[in-house]
Amino acid sequence: MTTTIIWTIVAITVLGVLLAVVLYLVANKFKVEEDPRIDEVEKVMPGANCGGCGFAGCRAFAQSCVEAANLDNNYCPVGGNEVMKKVAAVLGLEAKEKAPMVAVVRCNGTCANRPTVNEYDGIKSCKVKAALYSGDTGCFYGCLGCGDCVAACQFGAISMDPETGLPVVDEEKCTACGACVKACPKKIIELRNKGPKNRRVFVSCVNMEKGAAARKACSAACIGCGKCAKECPFGAITVEHNVAYIDFNKCKLCRKCVAVCPTGAIHDVNFPTPAPKPEKPAPKPAAEAVKPAAPKPEPAPAASPATDKKEE
Amino acid sequence: MKKTFSIGGVHPDDNKISAGCAIEVLPVPKTVYISMAQHLGGPAKAIVAAGDKVKTGQVIGEPTGFISAYVHSSVTGTVKSVGLRKDLAGIPVVHVEIEVAPDEWAEGIDTTDTLVTEIPQDPKFIVDRIKSNGVVGLGGATFPTNVKLCPPPDKKADILILNGAECEPYLTSDYRIMIEKPQQIIVGAALMKRVLGVDHVVVGIEENKPEAIAKMKEAIASLSAASSDYDGIEVVTLKKKYPQGGEKQLIDAITHRQVKSMGLPIDVGAVVQNVATSLAVYDAVQKNKPLIDNTITVTGECFPKQSNLLVRVGTPLSYIIDYLGGVPETAAKAISGGPMMGKAIANLDAATLKGTSSVLFLTEAQTRRNPETNCIRCGKCAEACPMGLEPFLLNKLARNGMMDELEQNAVQDCIECGCCLYSCPANIPLLDIIRVAKGDVIRIIRSRTAPKK
Repeated sequence: MTTTIIWTIVAITVLGVLLAVVLYLVANKFKVEEDPRIDEVEKVMPGANCGGCGFAGCRAFAQSCVEAANLDNNYCPVGGNEVMKKVAAVLGLEAKEKAPMVAVVRCNGTCANRPTVNEYDGIKSCKVKAALYSGDTGCFYGCLGCGDCVAACQFGAISMDPETGLPVVDEEKCTACGACVKACPKKIIELRNKGPKNRRVFVSCVNMEKGAAARKACSAACIGCGKCAKECPFGAITVEHNVAYIDFNKCKLCRKCVAVCPTGAIHDVNFPTPAPKPEKPAPKPAAEAVKPAAPKPEPAPAASPATDKKEE
Repeated sequence: MKKTFSIGGVHPDDNKISAGCAIEVLPVPKTVYISMAQHLGGPAKAIVAAGDKVKTGQVIGEPTGFISAYVHSSVTGTVKSVGLRKDLAGIPVVHVEIEVAPDEWAEGIDTTDTLVTEIPQDPKFIVDRIKSNGVVGLGGATFPTNVKLCPPPDKKADILILNGAECEPYLTSDYRIMIEKPQQIIVGAALMKRVLGVDHVVVGIEENKPEAIAKMKEAIASLSAASSDYDGIEVVTLKKKYPQGGEKQLIDAITHRQVKSMGLPIDVGAVVQNVATSLAVYDAVQKNKPLIDNTITVTGECFPKQSNLLVRVGTPLSYIIDYLGGVPETAAKAISGGPMMGKAIANLDAATLKGTSSVLFLTEAQTRRNPETNCIRCGKCAEACPMGLEPFLLNKLARNGMMDELEQNAVQDCIECGCCLYSCPANIPLLDIIRVAKGDVIRIIRSRTAPKK
């Protein structure tokens, strides 16, 4: 009995040692030479494997960084400039600084602004809904409200607001990986500059219908009137296909456009004070009568210094 | 034994409640909105502008590309505007708005009812007439008929199949035209027979339409007695099974030939045309009358005034419904097309198209979707699929975005008949998911094959 046990132990041990030697030899013979820097770069990556950089995952991104001559075409939106600095340090390259971005939902078709015109009882998927028809509101271009973007976000940064029926981006959590941008069949989500102190101005509408039709569908729609483009001193606003677009690289956050927009389609976020009143009414009463003109400028300066600071 | 296709299929109640209603001509509305995207392929380009006077049958849209079609004015009047208007799915499409004046037909159109049975000798003349009169397939896909009748030179058709199956429940417009205009349909078939150079034409009709079968047989007998142009045309009675009217299913049922994956009917030597298309071909060639009206069934259990109407293209749906007494109170959903493949109408102000076949009203109880539960692997969907696919598997693959596997499992062959969804005991929205995946996979296949050319 004991001899059987002893022989078994001996046989298994000998077999184990033999196989270990074989494995060692095979591993040496077929060794794949890999740049050790790939591992090093991967270590400093966030490890989300979100694909926001355009590669299959963090390792694929690391590999491409090691192979690339410079880091101009590689950028990890999740890690941002900090991670890119570390990557550059590992590789002895230079990383270009990029302004941090954030996902912005360009639709203000809340339940109140955009009444439903029919009832959708299909499956809760924007992709399926978009393939079937224009959606349950009068607006063909706006948010469908089924939350494909919420499902696509790996960072839990988007949630549906039950009151408005629109997705809300949590700026703290958003890494600008762009997964929601790809998931949205209506292409209403855009990655925009996060802006100084997270302050941003953007047109919260993508409706390309003519003014009257757009407004009929949604009271907060951009009607393409072009007032904002005329008002903008920096030429940052273009109106194309009946919808305005603000170029965030040119925008200086003066918010004159916010004030003139007749439908409130232009949104300003994270500003401490409301947008300055348009200057239009001020000169008119001044010409008509002097007295009422005097008190009016008072509230205006209260708001304008705030904007002046931002411009600087 | 009556013929039918070999795999899959379901047997929904046919509910042909409007079958007894003779075709009535709907008065022309005050304004029509003619869409420029009434066919498969590139939308037509409007060649009229606001203020132009147009006559009935005048060309107002020109084709843009090989697969495209002419669009004609269905009324006489003044063009009010050319611009975006919402179609029945609420999607903006270019429409020509025309304010209607009393009918005045464009030159060269024969508006009499006399039957012209003489078949022109020149196939090119026939094809040109079909093309210039904007005839498209009226079986649902609205594929330009002239393109379908001119297969590539290396492929030869040996049989023309006329689709009179009308397998969708509720729809009766094809049935009514087969009863009321059988001779015109057969002349249309003979015209297409001449173009294709085939000897054999089969009209496939399901067994639940005995009257149509009798009328069509009668028409063939009387026409072939007078001329040899009508030889080789026969009616085949088919077993009742959905989706018999699917092109590939009909070819299988009648000739027992199988169209391979991603193939076309012409690969097996068959061309399929709907009976309504045949009627349009007759009008286009023998009368030089463009496709400006079509028969539409307005029906539903909750709809009191069942009707089959001859409607001018571009008539707003709301006008048709108001003419028949308005939307019934109990109706929860309006569908354009049949209950299996039709599309829910999101916009009742939308105008009819060449391919519009019906407006169907369904009640809350008929349209309610039960909550989705887990797949129990019963295999009913796979049994029902007429294309031999495995919808339960495609559903899983699609939800996980596995495009390569979807393609290997032939999602691109789905004909969107809805048999899987109809048979699923777990109420899984199989078709909704598979349809989107099919679109994605076809896009991938196209992008892969495109650069090689």
